Amino acid sequence: MNKISEVVKEARAAFQSGRTRPLQFRIEQLEALRRMIKERGPDITGALAADLHKNEWTSYYEEMVHVLEEIEHVIKKLPEWAADEPVEKTPQTQQDESYIHSEPLGVVLIIGAWNYPFNLIIQPMVGAIAAGNAVVLKPSELSENMANLLATIIPQYMDKDLYPVINGGVPETTELLKERFDHILYTGSAAVGKIVMTAAAKHLTPVTLELGGKSPCYVDKDCDLDVACRRIAWGKFMNSGQTCVAPDYILCDPSIQSQIVEKLKKSLKEFYGEDAKKSRDYGRIINARHYQRVMGLIKGQKVAHGGTGEETSRYIAPTILVDVDPQSPVMREEIFGPVLPIVCVHSLEEAIQFINQLEKPLALYVFSSNDKVIKKMIAETSSGGVTANDVIVHITVHSLPFGGVGHSGMGAYHGKKSFETFSHCRSCLVRSLQNDEAHKARYPPSPAKMSRP
Amino acid sequence: MEREVQRVRQAFRSGRSRPLQFRLRQLAALRRMVEEHEKDLLVAIGADLCKSEFNVYSQEVITILGEIDFMLANLPEWITPKPAKRSLLTMLDEVCVQPEPLGVILIIGAWNYPFVLAMQPLVGAIAAGNAAVIKPSELSENTAKILAKLLPQYLDQDLYAVINGGAEETTELLKHRFDHILYTGNAAVGKIVMAAAAKHLTPVTLELGGKSPCYVDKDCDLDVVCRRITWGKLMNCGQTCIAPDYILCEASLQNQIMQKIKETVKEFYGENIKESPDYERIINLRHFKRIQSLIEGQKIAFGGETDEATRYIAPTILTDVDPKSKVMQEEIFGPILPIVPVKNADEAISFINEREKPLALYIFSHNNKLIKRMIDETSSGGVTVNDVIMHFTLNALPFGGVGSSGMGAYHGKYSFDTFSHHRSCLLKSLKREGANKLRYPPNSQSKVKLAKFLLLKQFNKGKLGLLLLTFLCAVAAVFFKVGYH
Repeated sequence: MNKISEVVKEARAAFQSGRTRPLQFRIEQLEALRRMIKERGPDITGALAADLHKNEWTSYYEEMVHVLEEIEHVIKKLPEWAADEPVEKTPQTQQDESYIHSEPLGVVLIIGAWNYPFNLIIQPMVGAIAAGNAVVLKPSELSENMANLLATIIPQYMDKDLYPVINGGVPETTELLKERFDHILYTGSAAVGKIVMTAAAKHLTPVTLELGGKSPCYVDKDCDLDVACRRIAWGKFMNSGQTCVAPDYILCDPSIQSQIVEKLKKSLKEFYGEDAKKSRDYGRIINARHYQRVMGLIKGQKVAHGGTGEETSRYIAPTILVDVDPQSPVMREEIFGPVLPIVCVHSLEEAIQFINQLEKPLALYVFSSNDKVIKKMIAETSSGGVTANDVIVHITVHSLPFGGVGHSGMGAYHGKKSFETFSHCRSCLVRSLQNDEAHKARYPPSPAKMSRP
Repeated sequence: MEREVQRVRQAFRSGRSRPLQFRLRQLAALRRMVEEHEKDLLVAIGADLCKSEFNVYSQEVITILGEIDFMLANLPEWITPKPAKRSLLTMLDEVCVQPEPLGVILIIGAWNYPFVLAMQPLVGAIAAGNAAVIKPSELSENTAKILAKLLPQYLDQDLYAVINGGAEETTELLKHRFDHILYTGNAAVGKIVMAAAAKHLTPVTLELGGKSPCYVDKDCDLDVVCRRITWGKLMNCGQTCIAPDYILCEASLQNQIMQKIKETVKEFYGENIKESPDYERIINLRHFKRIQSLIEGQKIAFGGETDEATRYIAPTILTDVDPKSKVMQEEIFGPILPIVPVKNADEAISFINEREKPLALYIFSHNNKLIKRMIDETSSGGVTVNDVIMHFTLNALPFGGVGSSGMGAYHGKYSFDTFSHHRSCLLKSLKREGANKLRYPPNSQSKVKLAKFLLLKQFNKGKLGLLLLTFLCAVAAVFFKVGYH
């Protein structure tokens, strides 16, 4: 346990040495990170395959490419972002210089998640490095292979003191959270999010919490169901449903329920063949506990497709449930598995009401050819983010901050937002010592009668 | 209390705080309240801190009027969705960030500027379309009472509630769920607020404090320097979160600085400071005694008189202060100005960096290089160079701390942003499904190669490259469409 304190202390000393300040240093570290990803691609893919049954394509397309794009984007933009930003002055400060100066916070802690164990720890790291911080990484212990790999390769490419990797389970994470950091970014569940924030409060450490929730997917009668269902199936069953922004459940009119089921089934066959277990592209559940949990959610439900699983390989078939009762267990927790419930609603208003009764989700999806429907759905609900007529993809656009609201999280990152999250925006006003006459009015003694400005 | 908080939440759920017109009307009503009851406000706030009406007006009321006007002018623009830069794959889609209200904001005010520190956040909360519960500080009793009386007369009574009370009531209040909490006060209570917020995953803005250092370089016009420092230090009898807490300077300057401050004090408050209507008093006995104890054992160059009956503490300068002494261990929040001699700017920088990041940093110097270096090599919530306090007055500058001096910021647009959720929106069409073909399983080695080629924009050479790339994507789409059938 003492070792954790030592490592954090060294990271802080390394930060205080000042070497992360020059932009050149930060860019070099990011380039080293990029080299690491390119040179160790096969190792990264291997770890993802072992942890989650991902293959080269899914590793690349779902995890690595986003980090590589982020690095490129950040390297290009860093000089602009790091520059002082002049701001508008008041009449009294016309002669002065006023600007916002971005500076590093210090030592940032990033706690990764197991579902995208590479992306969810490295993409935030890119932003933290760019902003000039030291970064302590704590990969999720559930994705063991990735945790071990990161502990090996990161010190081989990057500054060893500034960017340490600390592995371990709950006891180690608890110890780590006793240390003082200048920002903590945590990706995971709301329950642990509360624990992280409580620990952070002891040191007045600001936090970014990327949590989850049940991301609703409303399918309007007026839309191209072929396309809608293909897109939904893609986003839902990617990584076997273990995606924080996966469409969790569908809301639709009962009259289109069976069509939706048919078209989802068709897409599933196109994607994974007759038996998804044999597909190279279909993932597995991370561990036995989650396997049991997800299988438990299917119990007692009306299964329109799938519903089976194999414990030894932690395979759960793509499953569609129909006529789901909003009170049932599958509708009371984030599913995080390949089970897609369809809940029937009779109107857009009912769908909106349904969504608003539950906690604010991380993502909201609405499928409709009718712009008015989309605009109304967005205007009358809240969620971290929205994609209309597709799923997932809003999180791939650099210029769109990625984060939750309410129980789905606080703060955001990606692109410039990462840089801002991991920086302190320091307000600066530079005046001159001349012309004190102009300030006479502010000095006591005050006039006998009050003057109106 | 439960019922009140529920009432506020229900009122928010009704949706009436959302339309722009409603928010503008409420802000205009708030402005009217300040104008129509100016006298009452000046008297109440003045009573809490023994402050002259002029000072209340110029330090508190004017700021609120300015903030309301700024919101009224800019809000129509701020609430519109902001388009964001599109990526290659979203070139034909609508990409924007939409600000929306969070819900119910809890604002916990402070006693030192009891009006502005409760109202300025409220202005931001209203502008962002939220409901709000305001908990004024119980130490500034008169202001707390008048806010409870006036706000319901002008603002929507269900959306904006004032809840008064002490530590017990505040603890109760903090058990409820809010959508954002803005707290102004000290670090110890800041931790309590954040821990309470954590139970509900409520984001917080904490405006705390610290010891704001004031470095005075050689070769400065000490007349002007000392006048400015004295103004900022003694305003509100030192009870200002961004007051210059202590001075750092070369030992040889101490005497001059002390002399000039002494002269300035006389200019400002006359021979008999106690009689000046412009010199305030300490808020209560507890703080009076606390500040008194900080002077004990110190080398008093000037001042040091106190009068418990009126909670008067004279402007006091301490020289050759030992960094380990009590007065250098806590935020003074009183009219005591310690001078700590340092050898040079380097030592000043080390001194500052050994301590917690302050809410403000002040540097007095002609040397631009030194100024820049000092800013670069330290950290603080904000900075004013060659003056004090003033960075607070620009609503284009976010006002907030860092480290122990706080988290988050507000004022002007930053208030609007703090009390909004910025919702990322990507609006696609159900057409052009061809462009998505690449992403669907089944996947293959050749697909990986193609993706690496396209997605990393190897033809990243301007518009021609973009056209070529789009052409290639279309080709790929056709390729896969053909491949499918």
